[in-house]
Amino acid sequence: MSKSNIVSHLKQKKISEVLSTGKRMDGRGFNDFRELSIKHNVLFKSEGSAEVWLGKTHVMVGVKVGTGTPFEDTPDEGVLMTNAEFTPIANAAWEPGPPKEGSIELARVVDRGLRSAEVLDTSALKIISGKLVQIVYVDLYVLNYDGNLIDACSAGAIAALMGAKKPVYNVVEKEAKLSGEKVPLTVKKKPVAISIIKIGDKLILDPTADEEDVMDCRLTITFDEDGHICTMQKSGSEGLTLDEIKKCINMAQEKAPEIRAKAIGD
Amino acid sequence: MSKKPTIKKTTARKPRTKKADKATSWKRNDGRAFDELRTIKIEIGVLPNADGSAYIEVGRNKILCGVFGPREMHPKHQAKPNEAVLRCRYHMAPFSVDPRRSPAPSRRDQEISMVMRSALEPAVFLERYPRASIDVYVEVIEADGGTRCASINAAAVALVDAGIPMKDLVAACAVGKIEDKLIVDLGEYEDKKGQSDMPIAYMPKLNKVTLLQMDGIMSTDEVEKALNLGIEGCKKVYEVQREALKKKYGIEQPQDKPPKEYQPEEPEEEPKTEEGQQ
Repeated sequence: MSKSNIVSHLKQKKISEVLSTGKRMDGRGFNDFRELSIKHNVLFKSEGSAEVWLGKTHVMVGVKVGTGTPFEDTPDEGVLMTNAEFTPIANAAWEPGPPKEGSIELARVVDRGLRSAEVLDTSALKIISGKLVQIVYVDLYVLNYDGNLIDACSAGAIAALMGAKKPVYNVVEKEAKLSGEKVPLTVKKKPVAISIIKIGDKLILDPTADEEDVMDCRLTITFDEDGHICTMQKSGSEGLTLDEIKKCINMAQEKAPEIRAKAIGD
Repeated sequence: MSKKPTIKKTTARKPRTKKADKATSWKRNDGRAFDELRTIKIEIGVLPNADGSAYIEVGRNKILCGVFGPREMHPKHQAKPNEAVLRCRYHMAPFSVDPRRSPAPSRRDQEISMVMRSALEPAVFLERYPRASIDVYVEVIEADGGTRCASINAAAVALVDAGIPMKDLVAACAVGKIEDKLIVDLGEYEDKKGQSDMPIAYMPKLNKVTLLQMDGIMSTDEVEKALNLGIEGCKKVYEVQREALKKKYGIEQPQDKPPKEYQPEEPEEEPKTEEGQQ
């Protein structure tokens, strides 16, 4: 992602030329998203899942609930972990191997959004204080890459968490036993991330892979449903002026409810 | 772009921390004012083997930064034919935090390395050195909150020390919210107990924000205020960086005039008023 590959000058020129006419290569306006479709609970073996299509970007989000020891400083709280995987099938430039910057950033930005907004009631995930808690793993699995992974994954993560169920444990004489029952996870907040990229002096939403290749920088802003900002992340090798940042916040704030509605579904 | 964007106001959310009991006279836990930075000490050229280096102390943070290059890129396939590649590595010593951490790079380290790179890249004339690499290595010796900002501050002056042509310095400073109050330059306690944290890096001359991250909860109104506060903080840091550079490279006012033959003759050699010089 970002300027990892060298882009031909022709492509760069063409994209900026089209942008200067107020349109984009695929005919969208600057503030238009591609078609976003999210299917809830598409998998049987995982506790929750969502399949996200954003244009040609295709992401599968799986939620698994396991158990483990809590962190030392929060003995009574469960853990939410987010991990992103760039599969080699998703993009010709992605190779198998340890996670690279792009997937780490994706996972951490989505993770921060979920944590900051306090999406899950972590105290409800306690089984035995200081010994055993439930751990909710959110795995973002990129199946096809065509830009704007952060937005697609953050919407997918909320969709998957909302449909997820966790197993119930009974504690009998300091031993945790599975009761066989499953109850829905309580999702308290529904943050969604909106990314804006800057090409020249233009700010656009929902970039495609080509647009991300030539972008100067990107600003991701996560909004919860109360209109509060829970995460921001700037990446890419250019700076933003204060006015541009304010404009980005406006654009994201306007778009967030629409994306959230899609993520929640019916 | 002609109209100044205004941001829709949202009301602040209730504080996340439970202790609002000490509401009598609000003070930061280390007694600083809300917009007061910790003491910053920058020393330049501390590593004999590096092309450029800097040591920074921000409060109890102790960070060393070494810059190597421009030098041949290794592995070669990572080189770019049109410009140099800036590589950053942020690393924390196992003893820098409590409890000990593994020396292997964590996801956090890798992300910070990445955001550092994008914070510094806009300031460097990378196109001057095609196919080369410029390596920025940061070692956190002791951490006390705000290491990524301190690392960027050290790296910016270390790049200057390495003689790499730059468009501007990069100064970084964090803003945060604790007990519903905005504060600048968060310490470790404020970082952990606070409601939000927003590191900012800024190029004062080009007036551009090159690093912007945030976590925690803030209303759009607070974000706007925090941005302004953070930029003010960055400007203070910038002065410290300039002073440090002046101390190392500044031209002393000559006591007696140097012999004439040593004076530069070409007009382009005239000492211009650039930062780091007088």
